[in-house]
Amino acid sequence: MNTVILKTASKYLLPLLLLFSVFVLLRGHYLPGGGFVGGLIASIAFVLHAFANGLPDTQRLLRMHPGFLMPVGLMISLLSGIFPMLFSKPFMTGVWKSDPIPVIGSLGSALFFDIGVYLVVIGASLTIIFTISETK
Amino acid sequence: MIPHFTILPILLPLLSAVVLMFFWSKPRNQRVLSVIGHGLTLMASYYLAQKTFTGEIFSVQAGNWSAPFGITFVADALSGMLVLLASLAAFAVSIFSAASIGNGRASFGYFPILQFLLMGLNGSFLAGDIFNLYVWFEVIIISSFVLITLGGEKAQLEGAVKYVTLNLLASVIFLTGIAVLYGIMGSLNLADLAVKISASPDKGLINTAAILFLVGFGIKSAIFPMYFWLPASYHTPPAAVSAIFGGLLTKVGVYALIRVFSLLFIEDPFIRDVFIVLAVLSMITGAVGAIGQQNIRKVFSYLIISHIGFMIAGLGMYSTLALMGAVFYLFHDILVKTNVFLISGVIFKMRGSFRLENLGGLYNKFPLISIVFAIVMFSLVGTPPLSGFWPKLYLLQSSFTEGELWIFGAILLASFLTLIAIVKVWLAAFWKKPVENKIAMERIVWHQLIPIEKFLILLPILILTTATLYIGFYAENISDICKLIAEQIQDKSGYIEAVMPQIETNINPENIP
Amino acid sequence: MEILLAVTIGLLYAAGIFLILRRSLVRLIIGLVLLGNGANLLIFLLGRISKGQPPIIPEESKVFLDAYADPIPQALILTAIVISFGLQAYAIILVKRAYRVVKTDDIDNMITTDEV
Repeated sequence: MNTVILKTASKYLLPLLLLFSVFVLLRGHYLPGGGFVGGLIASIAFVLHAFANGLPDTQRLLRMHPGFLMPVGLMISLLSGIFPMLFSKPFMTGVWKSDPIPVIGSLGSALFFDIGVYLVVIGASLTIIFTISETK
Repeated sequence: MIPHFTILPILLPLLSAVVLMFFWSKPRNQRVLSVIGHGLTLMASYYLAQKTFTGEIFSVQAGNWSAPFGITFVADALSGMLVLLASLAAFAVSIFSAASIGNGRASFGYFPILQFLLMGLNGSFLAGDIFNLYVWFEVIIISSFVLITLGGEKAQLEGAVKYVTLNLLASVIFLTGIAVLYGIMGSLNLADLAVKISASPDKGLINTAAILFLVGFGIKSAIFPMYFWLPASYHTPPAAVSAIFGGLLTKVGVYALIRVFSLLFIEDPFIRDVFIVLAVLSMITGAVGAIGQQNIRKVFSYLIISHIGFMIAGLGMYSTLALMGAVFYLFHDILVKTNVFLISGVIFKMRGSFRLENLGGLYNKFPLISIVFAIVMFSLVGTPPLSGFWPKLYLLQSSFTEGELWIFGAILLASFLTLIAIVKVWLAAFWKKPVENKIAMERIVWHQLIPIEKFLILLPILILTTATLYIGFYAENISDICKLIAEQIQDKSGYIEAVMPQIETNINPENIP
Repeated sequence: MEILLAVTIGLLYAAGIFLILRRSLVRLIIGLVLLGNGANLLIFLLGRISKGQPPIIPEESKVFLDAYADPIPQALILTAIVISFGLQAYAIILVKRAYRVVKTDDIDNMITTDEV
């Protein structure tokens, strides 16, 4: 698509959407939101950018293959699940830091699980969409 | 004290898969790391299996949410043994793959996917609620879809279309069954459902759910009228892939049938009759199908269907002896089926073809290797004292004493037909004079392999053959475990108590005012 | 509302089964998608539907104040949707590849694997 309006808008929308996706990610757990939705919003930001500026531009912007995010995210999620086992609690029990941190709120292992999901979702959905649109 | 070791057979393959994904573009490192990962999983599984053989049932409530509200992992002796055998088979296949899978497939994620497949298998064996069983099934089928299509040859894609369609259909039917069950019972935890279903008056709807589960699991385990996808797809991927498929994927369906039906539905005589009819028909049709085939892998594919019938027959009769036979056959079959598909891969490397008319002369050229192959193929038939003999003996004995003469006859007939099919393969591949086929001759790669590769290809076959011989010659050890498993299957209270310890105080009559 | 949903589910299952019995690969995939959606709606309906009572505890209280919708069917459906998203993406790519290699959309022509 080659419209000036979308091209210009996507430049401003990309950081806004990414910021919104992080907001949704952090809002999760007790309120609607979380890693999965956040990841989808973030990947939509990149897809919109690819619509407006073409796939090569977006891939240059990302600098790495989105597939690389999958093992990183999986590792973070897995470690956040294993972490409570060190305190002899069952796998994936929520472990919380006692006092909350400003902006982020209370910090727990569930947040790291969600961050992992967030990365996996971005990696997987971008890989799927890029692969489908790359083939002629 | 929380038994963390219960979920290690799930976590270790996941960890190895993640590590392997970091080495995405380095196939050489992946081969080594994959074998190490499977080795660690095998050790963890052995530890878990040893613990479960004492008769204790372990459960882990993930996230510390107590059952029936959270996600439960349960390991009884059946799960422990199956996790051990799945990890052993996967370890063998992983060594075989390290030597035989080309860089083309390895660079598209063959090794991580193999780890995900093992994670799914171990997950289904340890899952304590029915929706998680569904999720683990999906992990298995997604991984198997990738494994069956990697390489993208014409036959592979055609086989994959059939395999994918019927597996997706089976998942939808399974999910429908879950919906119906949740609608009437309001619970998903197997132990909780077992308590609730035996108290429920709603037999009609429960049987509807039971039949949906039977069809869903039946497609996955390839029992009689639902097996057509299996011989159309299992002979298309590389030998290592068809080995793990043939050895383990249909067995997960059988495990799910045993677990879900023994806990929830088996009290109904109608369900048991259905099992017996399907078992008899699977045994005969599979064995008859095997005789007519010219491709060795198709012969073995049809034999899978026939031998699934033996296990279903044991479940249908539901006496202690019959269940012992069924689970013993399950254990023997995992090892032997994985092994015969690996052997078919070696035969392809030696002769360049899977078709019986192009083979021949193997015994003359490789006498020692042929003897190993003979041991495996004849334990598939059930020649005494090899491993297939003992479970058949239990099944025959129980079917005779319970007057299930159809099963008695079907077992004898199916074993005889299996013998014919295997003897046919043996004569054509090993004793016949070698056939000179130009196209096949070009594909022979055995003489180009360096000794270490030959060793790595034969090592997994030797490992699995040793395990088969152990089952055959030390059958009393295995049969003790099978007796424990059969008793645990018949007496659900141990399972229920392990998952929900509070239930016991509720049903104690002294506590009721 | 229940009647409407029940009819919809029936239609989705019927249409799905009709489509997977066709010989065209694309219809096969669409049929599987419809069946999956039917199963998801069935879970939703069998979990008892209720209106305007989200299973969210208000910020100032510690327990539910009112009757609330059962969150489990929604969690199950979400999981099932995510899984079917992956499977369908896979199936579409598979059909595309199969079409390019086998050069047919007709399942009746895919008989290489059935040779004896």
